[in-house]
Amino acid sequence: MADALLEVNHLKKYFPIKAGLLNRTVGHVKAVDDISFVIRRGETFGLVGESGSGKSTVGRTVIRITEKTDGEVKFRGVDLYGLPAEDLRKMRPKMQLIFQDPYSSLNPRIRVGDAIGEALLDHGLVSKAEVRDRVLDVLASCGLSSYHIDRFPHEFSGGQRQRIGIARALVLNPDLIIADEPVSALDVSIQAQIINLFRKLQETRGLTYLFISHDLSVVEHLCSRIGVMYLGSMVETASRDELFRNPLHPYTKALLSAVPVPIPKLKRDRIVLTGDIPSPSNPPSGCKFHTRCPFAMEQCKQQVPEFRDVGGNHYVACHLV
Amino acid sequence: MSSMNAELSVNKQASPVPVKSSLWKLSVRRLLKNKLAISGLIVVVFMFALCFIGPLFSPYTDNKIHMAMMNKAPSLKHWLGTDALGRDVLTRLMQAGRISLTVGLASMLLSLFIGLLLGAIAGYYRGIVDQVIMRVADLLLTIPGLPLLFIFGALLSEWKVPTDYRMYMVMLMLSMINWPGLARMVRGQMLSLREREFMQAAVVLGLRDRRKLFNHLLPNLVPLLIVIATLNIGGAILSESVLSFFGLGVMPPTATWGNMIDAANNMIDFQERPWLWVPPGLSIFATVIAINLFGDGLRDVLDPKQKR
Repeated sequence: MADALLEVNHLKKYFPIKAGLLNRTVGHVKAVDDISFVIRRGETFGLVGESGSGKSTVGRTVIRITEKTDGEVKFRGVDLYGLPAEDLRKMRPKMQLIFQDPYSSLNPRIRVGDAIGEALLDHGLVSKAEVRDRVLDVLASCGLSSYHIDRFPHEFSGGQRQRIGIARALVLNPDLIIADEPVSALDVSIQAQIINLFRKLQETRGLTYLFISHDLSVVEHLCSRIGVMYLGSMVETASRDELFRNPLHPYTKALLSAVPVPIPKLKRDRIVLTGDIPSPSNPPSGCKFHTRCPFAMEQCKQQVPEFRDVGGNHYVACHLV
Repeated sequence: MSSMNAELSVNKQASPVPVKSSLWKLSVRRLLKNKLAISGLIVVVFMFALCFIGPLFSPYTDNKIHMAMMNKAPSLKHWLGTDALGRDVLTRLMQAGRISLTVGLASMLLSLFIGLLLGAIAGYYRGIVDQVIMRVADLLLTIPGLPLLFIFGALLSEWKVPTDYRMYMVMLMLSMINWPGLARMVRGQMLSLREREFMQAAVVLGLRDRRKLFNHLLPNLVPLLIVIATLNIGGAILSESVLSFFGLGVMPPTATWGNMIDAANNMIDFQERPWLWVPPGLSIFATVIAINLFGDGLRDVLDPKQKR
């Protein structure tokens, strides 16, 4: 695809489980197990799934702060895993990550202005004299004040810190921003502010997002396309409207039926999943979802369903469809 | 951090009153509440003032021999009496303090430098470099410090190192046995810091190694270093005194607190002339206790997770 900004092909990330006296590898946690997706320039791709489904690992492996096990990540047509360290470092400003926890992702001993401006200097993007102006600009566009520049992170609230994290990514003028549950550590009123900030920045700067979240209402508000993950695999990908109107995978249906609606009298067919998500170190055979799927058949236990296009760029991995 | 900050402050704009509250300010305020630590600090400052400024007001010089004034008890003329060569004990005590405190400080700085450098390299780069550095450190740690110092001291005497240089040799020896413990702590701290999320953020931002090391990691090590350094000075002063007491450290006529206590070696002096050995003994005791109290207070404030 010509306008593909990020292309992920058959990405795998297995974490070894070490045990015993000799520290031998006794198994693997398959955090990401053969995932493919494409993000086009200017769109917002939402990645949803419950805790432990490997969403964050996808984000971290895509941006290469966690090394992959197998597969391919192409950013602007360049294979990220084929780059030597120094070239990768120079590529970094173009893809930025916003962390989930705004408390631990800021160095407590670095002033806000330095934290935001230092990468600009290290990449030689602006001269020393201009740094402060650039930092002030970006602070303003993230809703922070100019006098915040000389303060330390501990003087800010969670929402403000998250804005600092966003400003730090934004100042580099990236093409792609990976937001790893950027609002889950914040309370609801602040969540709305941050979400709207994301939207506004996309409109003004034409940003592309990979938005990782477990909150479907947030994803619905923000994303143009959505991928649903379960136990390290992608089970369904579709445009937002298509996914919310016509979910095909039973897991997606269950997730959507769990979204609270503000009309208490509305009758809904709630699909309640029983049991917990199975261990990713020993995932079920065949379709990974068959242990909890209300429609599971004999075939599901043996055969891994193919992730295929059912028309209109709607991909799903299920034998029933 | 400061250089970067200077860069950013070049064209300070008209912002409301610049807020200057940092983590350091909070720490100082908390330290001031700890009475034990503050009294320790006062004693340390007093000892330094006594040793470095005191001799300027003394009418005597430390090595001037005065045969007519041998072994006199404390009096108005000689507040702490005189020794077997008629030298004023108080003046010698202050001069000795200069040497002891300098040796303590200098050997701490040197071991801090070596320990920080090697520990940081080991913790940051890991792998084979880490293995080599840490095995050398382990080797030095397994040998008890005092016997090792004795052997070095005996070697110095054997090679007839001039007395003037012995002081520097003693500093070197003390830092040689002190750096491994320090390197170990710095390495451990580095290993835990590099896994913190803000260091991953630094990777994502594509910062250079130099900035990651000096602007991100080192400032987070500073509190720990201050604490270790302070506690180390006390230990170094004590070790130097032990060595000098046994005649293996700094040699007379250069006085140190350790070799002044050596006067207690002799039965008559020990029983009848306590002014010869009580003052240096008390000085060592007070200084080391005070430094440790202050160091403990610092640790409570700067490094609350580390309790011994």
